[in-house]
Amino acid sequence: MMNNNLFNYTLHLADTTLILGQRNAAWCGHGPVLEQDIAITNISLDLIGQSRSFYQYAATQKADGSTEDSFAYLRSEREFKNCLLVEQPNGDWAQTILRQFLFSSFQHLLFQQLQNNKDATLAAIAEKSLKEVTYHLRWSSEWVIRLGDGTEESRNKMLKAITELWPFTGEQFIPATYEENMGINLLSIKEVWLKKVTDILTEATLQVPENIFMHTGGKNGIHTEQLGFILTELQYIQKTYPGCEW
Amino acid sequence: MVTMNNIIADKESVYACLQEIADPEIPVLSIIDLGIVRNIQITDDELEVFITSTYTGCPAMDMIAADIRMKLSSLGFTKIKITSLISPIWTTDWMSEEGKRKLIEYGIAPPDKRFLIAKDGVDCPHCQSSNTRLISEFGSTACKALFQCNDCQEPFDYFKCH
Repeated sequence: MMNNNLFNYTLHLADTTLILGQRNAAWCGHGPVLEQDIAITNISLDLIGQSRSFYQYAATQKADGSTEDSFAYLRSEREFKNCLLVEQPNGDWAQTILRQFLFSSFQHLLFQQLQNNKDATLAAIAEKSLKEVTYHLRWSSEWVIRLGDGTEESRNKMLKAITELWPFTGEQFIPATYEENMGINLLSIKEVWLKKVTDILTEATLQVPENIFMHTGGKNGIHTEQLGFILTELQYIQKTYPGCEW
Repeated sequence: MVTMNNIIADKESVYACLQEIADPEIPVLSIIDLGIVRNIQITDDELEVFITSTYTGCPAMDMIAADIRMKLSSLGFTKIKITSLISPIWTTDWMSEEGKRKLIEYGIAPPDKRFLIAKDGVDCPHCQSSNTRLISEFGSTACKALFQCNDCQEPFDYFKCH
């Protein structure tokens, strides 16, 4: 019999990486310079690759004919369990960079724990992905510092990005019901995460906001208005021409 | 050795055949050189090939699987199963010495343990100078970083340690 918690947790990991991959992919051909255009789309590719591994695993758990594609293309907004942070708009380069940094710094710690999980498949996907996430974290950290400690304009954009995105950083650390027995210690991740983020923001001459209201809900399918727009675009072909292949 | 469909197949001939399949993005390397093929298993009437992806999102994997299927059916196999393994995790340590030599000839700097993190100084595959600089940690594919040689001025890709 299927373990519902494991299944939902696998979908949560899959949805989160898919949606951030989809967001980053929109930069393709629009990056500020060619090298960074390639960097952000490479990160997108890694994230979509990770999401495929998680969706494939979810499909073997469900064992009812569901596939990685049906999970990605045929579920509705309320069924998606991604964190709210990753569905926030690309905004400008500063906002995209900060979103990536806030997520990668969390994902790096999460996958370090997950690679030792008692579930061998989740552990293997985490171990494999960790090599990629290490690049994402280093790259986005460097950019946060460059922009925060850069020109007046880049700094102002980074300040605005912090105001926009910080309210979406609390949710990661509050376990959803399906997450509670997955052997992940979110509290210890939170402590190390906050220190890492504080260190990088300090180096970027920026500050971690305090006492900010935090939005929640993504893990349980309650999303900001953003997700609907993303899915409309992402799922358009399969919803208009069901089963279409190329 | 197993006889099927009037062909005689052993592991060696299958490996020799797989050695001819090029990586679609770095055609100078075969999927054997890259360490993508982890194992093969020949049972009564089925051939199973175990492969692993380099990066999770490597877009070449579907094409590689299709190439394996096509190539091996030319050997006479009709039941071919391709199984993707996640674990053990692919690493550039599995790249053959032959593969590294071919990369240099092709103009790509091979993985170098002195540069686990891509940084200035990777040997230029064109003029062998180590007076080189990192342009971007992300190159034309996920597995490569972009460099330029300060001596011969040529840009080149570095196949990152992974």
